[in-house]
Amino acid sequence: MIQTENLLHELIEKHGNTRDGLLPILQGVVAKENYLSEPRMVEIAKALNISSAEVYGTASFYTYLFTKPMGKNVIRVCKTISCKMAGKQEIIKAIEKTLKIKVGETTRDKNFTFIETNCLGWCHKGPVMIINDEVYPEITPERAVEILCEMDPKHLSKF
Amino acid sequence: MKTSELKKVDIIFDCVQCAPIEVVKKSLAMHPDEIIEQIISSGLRGRGGAGFPTGLKWKLAKEEVSDQKYVICNADEGEPGTFKDREILDLVPNKVLAGMAICAYVIGATEGFIYLRNEYNFLLKKLIPTLENFNKNLQEIGLDFTIKLFSGSGAYICGEESALFESMEGKRGEPRNKPPYPTRNGYKGKPTVINNVETLVYCNMIMRIGVEPFKQLGTKDSRGSKVFSVSGDTTKAGIYELELGIGVDEFVNEFGNGDTKAVQIGGASGFCVPRKDFANKIIGFEGVPTGGSMMIFNSSRSMYNILKDYLEFFVEESCGQCTPCRVGTQQLLKGIEAVKHGEMPSSYLNQLMKLSETMKVASKCGLGQSVPNAFSSIVKNFKEEMIY
Amino acid sequence: MSTINLIIDNKTVSVEKGKTILDAAKKINVRIPTLCHHEDLCVAGNCRICVVQVEGSRTLTASCSTPAEEGMIIRTNTPKVRNARKDIVALLVSEHNTQCTTCYRSMNCELQSLSAEYNIDNNRYLSILKPNITIDRSSWSIEKDDSKCVRCQRCVRTCAELQHVNALTVSGKGKDMKISTFMELPLNEAICTNCGQCVIHCPTGALTERRYFDRVWEAIGNEKKHVIMNTAPSVRVALGEMLGYPIGTRVTGKMVTAMKRMGVDSVLDTDFTADLTIIEEGSELLQRLKKVLVDHKSSVKLPMMTSCCPGWVKFAEHIFPEHLGHLSSCKSPQQMFGALSKTYYAEKKGIKPEDIVSVSIMPCAAKKFEANRPEMNSSGFRDIDAGLTTRELGLMIKQSGLNFAELEDSAYDSLMGESTGAGVIFGATGGVMEAALRTAYEVVTGKEVPFKNLNIFPVRGMEGIKEASIKIEGCLPEWSFLEGVELRVAVAHGLINARTIMDEVAEGKSPYHFIEIMACPGGCIGGGGQPIPTNEEIRNKRTQAIYEEDMGMPKRKSHENPEIKKIYKEFLKEPLGEVSHHLLHTTYKKRNHF
Repeated sequence: MIQTENLLHELIEKHGNTRDGLLPILQGVVAKENYLSEPRMVEIAKALNISSAEVYGTASFYTYLFTKPMGKNVIRVCKTISCKMAGKQEIIKAIEKTLKIKVGETTRDKNFTFIETNCLGWCHKGPVMIINDEVYPEITPERAVEILCEMDPKHLSKF
Repeated sequence: MKTSELKKVDIIFDCVQCAPIEVVKKSLAMHPDEIIEQIISSGLRGRGGAGFPTGLKWKLAKEEVSDQKYVICNADEGEPGTFKDREILDLVPNKVLAGMAICAYVIGATEGFIYLRNEYNFLLKKLIPTLENFNKNLQEIGLDFTIKLFSGSGAYICGEESALFESMEGKRGEPRNKPPYPTRNGYKGKPTVINNVETLVYCNMIMRIGVEPFKQLGTKDSRGSKVFSVSGDTTKAGIYELELGIGVDEFVNEFGNGDTKAVQIGGASGFCVPRKDFANKIIGFEGVPTGGSMMIFNSSRSMYNILKDYLEFFVEESCGQCTPCRVGTQQLLKGIEAVKHGEMPSSYLNQLMKLSETMKVASKCGLGQSVPNAFSSIVKNFKEEMIY
Repeated sequence: MSTINLIIDNKTVSVEKGKTILDAAKKINVRIPTLCHHEDLCVAGNCRICVVQVEGSRTLTASCSTPAEEGMIIRTNTPKVRNARKDIVALLVSEHNTQCTTCYRSMNCELQSLSAEYNIDNNRYLSILKPNITIDRSSWSIEKDDSKCVRCQRCVRTCAELQHVNALTVSGKGKDMKISTFMELPLNEAICTNCGQCVIHCPTGALTERRYFDRVWEAIGNEKKHVIMNTAPSVRVALGEMLGYPIGTRVTGKMVTAMKRMGVDSVLDTDFTADLTIIEEGSELLQRLKKVLVDHKSSVKLPMMTSCCPGWVKFAEHIFPEHLGHLSSCKSPQQMFGALSKTYYAEKKGIKPEDIVSVSIMPCAAKKFEANRPEMNSSGFRDIDAGLTTRELGLMIKQSGLNFAELEDSAYDSLMGESTGAGVIFGATGGVMEAALRTAYEVVTGKEVPFKNLNIFPVRGMEGIKEASIKIEGCLPEWSFLEGVELRVAVAHGLINARTIMDEVAEGKSPYHFIEIMACPGGCIGGGGQPIPTNEEIRNKRTQAIYEEDMGMPKRKSHENPEIKKIYKEFLKEPLGEVSHHLLHTTYKKRNHF
């Protein structure tokens, strides 16, 4: 608890307690805690002296600001046309099979959340997968599975 | 005029090692009006897609009297099929920064931002030290201007300039009513120049190499060259700097693999050019404009699926505030599905074409206004693929 | 001020610089349809129904959000414009729950009117109404039905700009964009003051008041029950709008007749308890002044603030929980009425309190919540059984089949039916203050308040925050400590102004002794339970009617109300006495701020 108080304190110190600072602060919380919990949004509202509804309304506009619990690692696969043409569906199948979750879900151990996203800007090297901030262009199903198993060897046994 | 070989241009990525800060230094010795005059006479138009004359934008911002002005680099590249800004920021970030600095000097701004889409956060590792170093260089040459980074949070619409300001101000990225325009009333209500990444590099390069070499390229309405992001059914996917005004046929000859059915120029919000029109369309503001996205489709591709993909994109990425865009995108998507599945007669497509016309004239911002581009050009040219 | 000349539909018009195309069109009686636009609110430019053709423009232009410019040539009715508008209405209809027959706002719905005007065939577009939308009926005051929402954001702007509460927000984007509370909490868990301003600014049936009139009909039809209704001051100046009368018509006499004809056993006046509030609250103010000025008690708070507005009270409980000591302990007139209806009234009339159904007719949504506050049972029963809005009463009158226009006037029943002009003006912003000053000044000095005809103009009007001061001179011996004191008062309406005033109080910098606050712009005449539409012009007309009603009353000072004298003599004994304390005063609850 003390640690999270420090987190907010630091973020506000860095980005200020005015509305301009809201998005960087929300990003900072998501980076550390994976999502924006209800109490955290209330605290931010208090610190910035705006209503908690405004914090929620703003956060819910952006795809990187989760207001529902997420896994520690977020796997994104681009679903837009170039990546679709390059075979993103095979990547999705491989990831779903490895992690035993569907797109949009989080593994039971909260280690991974798997989502599809709009264009990630790697159309010439599709399909592309991004895990957290790490980019994997021209990914193959085999390589995707390999990466996931490297991150969490427990999934190795499935193959 | 048309040749079988495309002329490759090398302005943007040229001379990677040269110090763009020197160009800033050189510019500081000139009068701001002189710089504006040069940019105007170069004919440079914005490279993000909308194509507003860059020199005029700077001029308008310079003429505003304000205690504070801003220069913002729009790096919220999200148009499907575009990835050139990422490449530019990765390879020649100093040229972008130099473009911003020259603009700041011209309009009298002391603060600038790069609005970087969250998906490109991996660039930060390199970009932050580059930026710090550049800011230091600016101090050394005596320009009171500091550039900061602002990381986006994931919303295509934030590439729209006024939505981008809203986002930077900590709000939902909803486009504002215009007028007023950013040069008068931009970030925090202050006069702001917001330019695309690539545009800023061209500004810098025009100051370096002069107006003439730039002006010699392109056509009357589309001066110079531009960076294209090529993807789809091609063996040469990647980034290319090409002269503006080339024919679509020239482009297809170079990049197609012999079976090209259509080229989507300008991404999901751009136009689809079918094979029959390759020979009579040019790529540029007087023909088919583009922010750089060039997607090539072979005859095996279903144009219905492609259109559906684009519409699904807009249904999610519309900000949702205005009726034509929020509801119109959903209706277009639902409509083509219903026609495809035989739930609605093919004549319903005509109704949808009319709807797309309404979206074009009545939507609040460029997003809703340009959804009909892809819709009508695909439906018109590939109607047989749309029906049951 | 520079002037702009432009041409709209071939007619030249001049407007001040800064005015919009819509303003300019209005000036020459060209009506451009609007939906997201509301006179009370900032420009949104969302719905796009107001598009017009500006010559030379590739696209159409939203007239509500575009400033008029010199030399503009505008057409408002070309085929292109008409087609776009028709399409936009059709699009809104396609995401709308079009079960108009089951909608409370049917026949008073802006989307319905526009659909009729543009002749929208429902099959024009496929329905994209989201399935499984549930109606939020968690709040005692307000119902939220997203299936009727047109996403114009008028409610969100109301909650932000007029009230500075921000309980409502826009969430999601694209197809998922909707109006939400924090984390989609039900309204009763949101930081909502129940003021109902969102309801009167909603163009459709997405936000409505919770309705209890069916229960009241049941009670009226139940012979064992003795139904009494009390009507708030501002109901009588607005009810006529629902029944075919021009705005600002006073229909007091006909309203009373209608209610009697509907079968209400006793029609009484909230103005009576408004007068009573003045006696209790005025006494509390004088007591506080004495405790502070003479006894120097630090626990007693000044300025004292009025507590008759339940929207304001809940706002204070949420936003200023540490400063509730400034609120007068007086219950609102509605709750005083309720408590007395089941004690004093029951006793005098010889009716068992459990057989009494006490109904109040209010211009207000928050009164519904207030009536249901758990502590509002000091009579030993639920003090008020049902709180209805002006709109609900209007509907009941229509349902009763009465020809309202032909009804004769009649007077309120007794007991608790008599009132003064001071009670009436409670309905307008500044009214409580004016009524209090009329009485308090006379109590202290024995002389009438030094304003011509008792009209204290400085506290009247639509200024967001008004202030006044009165030098107290010639005190009676008992009040000599007030001799020469400059009594400073302030009046605020609209919660955004309340916040400004309260920020000062919270910082300890408030220069006032007494502050009146009403949650709704214009006070109760602009309340969340009033007829729709409500806007500045309508508020002004209703206010004017209130002051006309005051001028027409034989008695215009609360302490001169004979029934008030009687109730103190026979029941309450003295202001702030034991009975009063039990029945007429209350305490407040700290609530969560965010």
